[in-house]
Amino acid sequence: MKRVVITGAGTINALGRGVPATFEAMREGRCGIGELEFRDVERLAIRIGGQVKGYEPEETFNRQQLALYDRFTQFALIAAREAIAQSGLEFHGDMADRSGVVLGTSGGGLTTQDENYRSVYEEGKNRVHPFVVPKLMNNAAASHVSMEFNLRGPTFTVATACASSNHAMGLAFQMVRSGACPAMITGGAESMLCFGGVKAWEGLRVMSKDACRPFSANRNGMVQGEGAGVYVFEDYDHARARGADILAEVVGFAMTSDAADIVMPSKQGAARAISGALRDGRIDRDEVGYINAHGTGTAANDKTECAAVADAMGPQADRLMISSTKSMHGHCIGGTGAVELLACIMALRDGVIAPTIGHEEFDAECALDVVPNEAREADVSVVLSNAFAFGGLNAVLALRKV
Amino acid sequence: MSVKDKVIEIIAEQAVLEPSDVAMESTLEDLGIDSLGLVESIFAIEEAFDISVPFNANEPEQSDFDISSVSTIVAGIEKLVAEQTA
Repeated sequence: MKRVVITGAGTINALGRGVPATFEAMREGRCGIGELEFRDVERLAIRIGGQVKGYEPEETFNRQQLALYDRFTQFALIAAREAIAQSGLEFHGDMADRSGVVLGTSGGGLTTQDENYRSVYEEGKNRVHPFVVPKLMNNAAASHVSMEFNLRGPTFTVATACASSNHAMGLAFQMVRSGACPAMITGGAESMLCFGGVKAWEGLRVMSKDACRPFSANRNGMVQGEGAGVYVFEDYDHARARGADILAEVVGFAMTSDAADIVMPSKQGAARAISGALRDGRIDRDEVGYINAHGTGTAANDKTECAAVADAMGPQADRLMISSTKSMHGHCIGGTGAVELLACIMALRDGVIAPTIGHEEFDAECALDVVPNEAREADVSVVLSNAFAFGGLNAVLALRKV
Repeated sequence: MSVKDKVIEIIAEQAVLEPSDVAMESTLEDLGIDSLGLVESIFAIEEAFDISVPFNANEPEQSDFDISSVSTIVAGIEKLVAEQTA
């Protein structure tokens, strides 16, 4: 069994482009959620989201690339470039043949689908661009990352709704830990903030019209975000041998299925995933100082998650900190665990715990230290990242300070 | 068909019951309708009457729409339909 470390991180999300900008926003408890801007937004009841603003694709990608890159692929590439540059890794020969890409996404090229359905159904056009299929497919982002960096090993996409990127990172972790791969590029990307994407979510009636307030008694639903988080997971010995800067160690991972309900979360399923990650990482639960919560801001998730944490962590639940950064960047669906892993790295590396902003009223059903509204300095050595998806699919990662 | 009969028909379909088996005092729970069934019923009602029902699944008790029984739902829909035609 190999030890697995993170040697590069990259992101673009509503809080900023790049890891430093995102860390700064998380430290300051800044809110990246605002008015949505896209075609037909006036026909939506929900008009807020954690949208990436001030981003001009043409400044990063050329015309030929943009013909093939849906917005979620663009986000994945931007994040992957930052992560791989930070790691200092180059992929040649055996290293290239054995390293790959596992990314999570839920909607894939949803913006491309939306635009092209509109074109043929609403505008009555009878011809679409020849690259619609390679642009919208869920594996497009992973494939383009592999092509840009010559990653010729195992490469695929994981789609488990809101747990996609935690599942993806968990699999990448297992592949490096087993010795199958010296390094894996992993994380997730999502861009569902288009008319059809938000309209579909509206139908479920779980969206907030004003703010994402996880764990706050007056919370009234989730707010969608978009973006990507991408990491380099590397064999510890390989990273050490080349003198790489190590951001954190990935030590445990577990996944469970509730096998119960397609949308309602289960305390048992979530608690089993948390306990499983601790067991997998041989972590004593008293070591866990911080949990990055799934914390969607819905009535159902937040109380179930707090109960699951209380069950799985025992008395330590009252000592640890748990926060939801979705309050700042929104729920990035299939990319959300990857964006949120940044808060875990910040906790371990910088000793700063990202806050749950928008927290206005204590909720007795969420009676944990949710780090309300202001970031906190704390020395933590082990952190967890929770993701609990529709479909009852749970994935929890455990990271340790190196 | 009256608003009441149409609403009952929609709820009955969701509950897989005959409309005659849906009592006005029943709660959705009595009828075996869960949260997903409720959201689906509200969608069907909105489509049937071309109205918007102010219901957020996160705060049902704070919505302007009372779902505590079939009769409160019928009353709420009758009010919304009346407001729409007014």
